[in-house]
Amino acid sequence: MNAVLAPIGRFLLAPWRGRAWRDLWFVILSSALSLLPLGLIGLPWAFFAPSYLPSILACAFLPLLAAVLLGPQLTTLRRSAYDKIRGAQIPRAPHTARDAASAAAPFSPRMRARLRHPRTWRQACYHLIAGPAANLVGVIAGTMWVCGLICFGWLSAAIAFGPNWKWLSMATSLALWGALVCLVVVYLTPWLVMASVRWDLKFATDLLGPSRAERLARRVTDLTESRAAVVDAADAERRRIERDLHDGAQQRLVSLAMNLGLARATLKDLPEEARTALAEAHEEAKEALGELRNLVRGLHPVVLEDRGLDAALSGIAARSPVPVRLAVDVPRRVPPTVEAVAYFMVSEALANVAKHAQASAARVDVWLDGALLRLSVADDGIGGAEAARGSGLTGLAQRAASVDGRFEIVSPVGGPTTIMVELPCEL
Amino acid sequence: MRTVIAEDSVLLRAGLTKLLETTGFEVAAAVDDAAGLLAAVERHRPELVIADVRMPPTFTDEGIRAALVVRRQWPEVAIMVLSQYVEERYAADLLSTSTTGVGYLLKDRVADVDVFLESLRRVAAGGTALDPEVVAQLLVRRQNTPLDRLTGREREVLGLMAEGRSNAGIAEKLVVSESAVAKHINSIFAKLDLPASEGDHRRVLAVLRFLESASPSV
Repeated sequence: MNAVLAPIGRFLLAPWRGRAWRDLWFVILSSALSLLPLGLIGLPWAFFAPSYLPSILACAFLPLLAAVLLGPQLTTLRRSAYDKIRGAQIPRAPHTARDAASAAAPFSPRMRARLRHPRTWRQACYHLIAGPAANLVGVIAGTMWVCGLICFGWLSAAIAFGPNWKWLSMATSLALWGALVCLVVVYLTPWLVMASVRWDLKFATDLLGPSRAERLARRVTDLTESRAAVVDAADAERRRIERDLHDGAQQRLVSLAMNLGLARATLKDLPEEARTALAEAHEEAKEALGELRNLVRGLHPVVLEDRGLDAALSGIAARSPVPVRLAVDVPRRVPPTVEAVAYFMVSEALANVAKHAQASAARVDVWLDGALLRLSVADDGIGGAEAARGSGLTGLAQRAASVDGRFEIVSPVGGPTTIMVELPCEL
Repeated sequence: MRTVIAEDSVLLRAGLTKLLETTGFEVAAAVDDAAGLLAAVERHRPELVIADVRMPPTFTDEGIRAALVVRRQWPEVAIMVLSQYVEERYAADLLSTSTTGVGYLLKDRVADVDVFLESLRRVAAGGTALDPEVVAQLLVRRQNTPLDRLTGREREVLGLMAEGRSNAGIAEKLVVSESAVAKHINSIFAKLDLPASEGDHRRVLAVLRFLESASPSV
């Protein structure tokens, strides 16, 4: 039942609801603000004859001049009015470096910059056309509403006091019809007032707020920043884990292996079985140490941060089971994130070579090409690697993409395979 | 042998101290950072220093930098640098001033007690001990140097020389006769243009060539 009654109740209460009256008040204020630039249309006619040609031309020009000269102030005024009366936040256009530069400039370059800025014309479009149009609808509807109420009251009184009431003498049937029409008007116009305010706010949001291009630009900036933050956070996390393992498990394992080694070297008179068990424990501790070392160095090599990519790559090249020739020509340090991505890409590429390529040799080249860090990993294996298959290659492509880099693989069946990567160094 | 240990892990510091003391070394001081190391060397004038690379405050290459200071101020002190990872760049730094009485090993090597102690003695006696991992890292970086003229076997021999092995040690590792090793070594000397007159010093020079070829910064 509520579903049926609620809209009916809303309709019956419409002309008396606070929101409708607040919107009417808003329409009045907003119209007053619209009159600030538009009212200038009448200015020439205060001094010259209506048919005087320059004043006709000026009537179009003056509001436009006001919208350009006072555009930002008008926009600020609108924004705070909407906020205070309607609680509506008109989003702000982004403050760019261009805005900062033109704000600091003297008057005439500032105005020239303003004339060239699309935002000026979007705002003028609101202040001179869209806003006033919505307000006009609102004002007409509001006037009809208020007049409807007054007429309804008057006609009701006329019905009550009979056809010879001294303030209004008319036939009761006519008054009845009139009152009915007034009632219809009173019920319809509040909706129109509220709709006009909605249109007004929509126009304001679209034209006074950031444009689509500005919103997208903003979004790109935000996404770039958040992605960089995610990459950095992952990096920091790896560093933390590396540090924890280095200070904890690794030291303990070294100590354990050393003690086992010492026992093995000094306790010569143990029974054969105990000696064998000791030897096995010792060997296993050493193996665990080696495995842990490879794992931990892969997390975040300190030398990468300390001495850069060139120094860090020797370690992975040397550990590769496939013999690697390494050539690095990176005369300056690139951003740490790029260094880390390049390092892990070489590391993963060489791991792939060892796992799938059946290669007898690999070659890693890293060089700086202007603002691009390029790397290539080539092997003489069986080829046939596809980026679509094999999670290793997908991972490589994703790593490159995480810093807007490019990843390419050439791997015909039968080999050889070459992986090429481009990483931009200015993030 | 009077020794100073610098290692920030309490566990390992105690372990190393115990290991050395039970095997006839004298541990004059065991400290936990680079500043402490320099003070202890100044005070005790040890024959041998064992230093960790990563120590407070930055946990990057403190040990290497402290070792270089020791090399400059007290050239007679032998230095063994230990680390969880070995890096050829740090090796190059370490060997940049002189290639005698210096070692750079993975901490893992401590587990093979006999081999480790032998390395310590060799370094203390003025020899070198480079970790095979460092040597492997140096090998991937050869670029158009006289080293390219070496055969695979000769490169292997040179790598083992860089690790600090004697001819007998190299022969044992490669399972060849000592005279075959000597032949390879002579061939290496010839290909690297090292004159015959300088005797044992040529070994050091050959190793130095090897290291130089890897890092232009040395």
